Amino acid sequence: MGYRSSVDIYTEWDIVAARQLGRNEAKKTGFGTVDQARITTAISELARNIYLYAGKGKIEIERFSENGLYGITIIASDEGPGIPDIRKVMEDGFSTSGGLGAGMPGVKRLMDEFKVHTESGVGTNITITKWLR
Amino acid sequence: MNKRMTEGINQNIDVIIERWEISMKEEKGKNFFHFMPSHLIEKTSREFAALMTSNIAEIDVVTPEKLNDFTEKVVRFGWSIKFVNKAIDNFSRIVFRLLEEKDVINQSNLRSFVTIFENWISSLRENIIEAYSMEWERTVSLQKIALQELSASLIPVFEKISVMPLVGTIDTERAKLIMENLLEGVVKQRAEVVLLDITGVPVVDTMVAHHIIQAADAVRLVGATCMLVGIRPEIAQTIVTLGINLKDFKTTSTLQRGMQEALRMTNRIIVEAE
Ligand SMILES: Nc1ncnc2c1ncn2[C@@H]1O[C@H](COP(=O)(O)OP(=O)(O)O)[C@@H](O)[C@H]1O
Ligand SMILES: [Mg+2]
Repeated sequence: MGYRSSVDIYTEWDIVAARQLGRNEAKKTGFGTVDQARITTAISELARNIYLYAGKGKIEIERFSENGLYGITIIASDEGPGIPDIRKVMEDGFSTSGGLGAGMPGVKRLMDEFKVHTESGVGTNITITKWLR
Repeated sequence: MNKRMTEGINQNIDVIIERWEISMKEEKGKNFFHFMPSHLIEKTSREFAALMTSNIAEIDVVTPEKLNDFTEKVVRFGWSIKFVNKAIDNFSRIVFRLLEEKDVINQSNLRSFVTIFENWISSLRENIIEAYSMEWERTVSLQKIALQELSASLIPVFEKISVMPLVGTIDTERAKLIMENLLEGVVKQRAEVVLLDITGVPVVDTMVAHHIIQAADAVRLVGATCMLVGIRPEIAQTIVTLGINLKDFKTTSTLQRGMQEALRMTNRIIVEAE
């Protein structure tokens, strides 16, 4: 059971807004500065991917508690082209835009849980979670 | 007709304001006015009512100047456009009802009063929307300028050593500017070591890192060395976890350390005077 807030991603500045929201929510959950930076950076990566590859989409952030454990879940969703080869994308250094190609594998390492749902021509949905320890 | 309307309003202005305030407070609970201290609510309400009615009094001769005057003042109240819209709606509705109660408006003249109200409100609304959008455009363009002024400049600190302090979010446009200023400055200042200080950058994601790496490479191409300084511990950890390779250039946690290193690289040291 959680409280969910969201930011629509249309412009580069919406990435900043999503990040800001993420940092605030992470703080409220009780994460320290290092985890705040990890969560904020992960949001930045996913929001920028939406902006760059899907054009528009949404970042949703939810704080939750489960059996006395607290955490934060972020859902990045878009109705863009989808990711044709998700295995390649999860390897370090793969980019179709001349970028570093470290975003997706990096986000997976920054967070505790990482789930991708993507379908060609339908869109991409990425759900990431970090637990408070 | 307008004269009777104005009279009707003026005689009952206190009732109108009171009803209007109640209606506005009901809109969104008490939150609608919550950002205003109560004495200001009272004062602003009266001012708003006066503005609204002055506008009707001149309904036949509403000059653009009069309208602009009105909108300018309303915009200055600092209300949101949604609130202003509601305020105008409620005000006109309450006035209409009251004039009906006082039999100023009745079956026989209803039609012409509806027209008067429509003209009154629609011109107000159009002007309000225009005034607000102009205000927004102005704010946005001012902020763009303010941001550009914040943007990176390369500062020569010692002979052969320059510093570029980066503050704030780095977007694509700023990244371009950083690169330009960096290269231009290095050549002009004959810098041999450049310290790129990211203490003030809130988030270093792969895009920012990419821009920094490209900038460092470009600096190398014009014959100087780029150092990345001001890497906070949490940023250092995040960069490592992302798997970004910064091994190709020097990094330090603080500007101070970077400066010592830069002096060493240019064969100089700082000594205390006797
Ligand atoms: N939301 C998305 N929709 C479509 N393609 C995507 C999306 N996110 C990532 N990709 C693809 O995955 C590749 C790798 O992404 P990432 O690891 O963030 O590296 P980079 O953004 O530097 O290319 C991108 O180049 C792009 O082709
Ligand atoms: Mg990316």
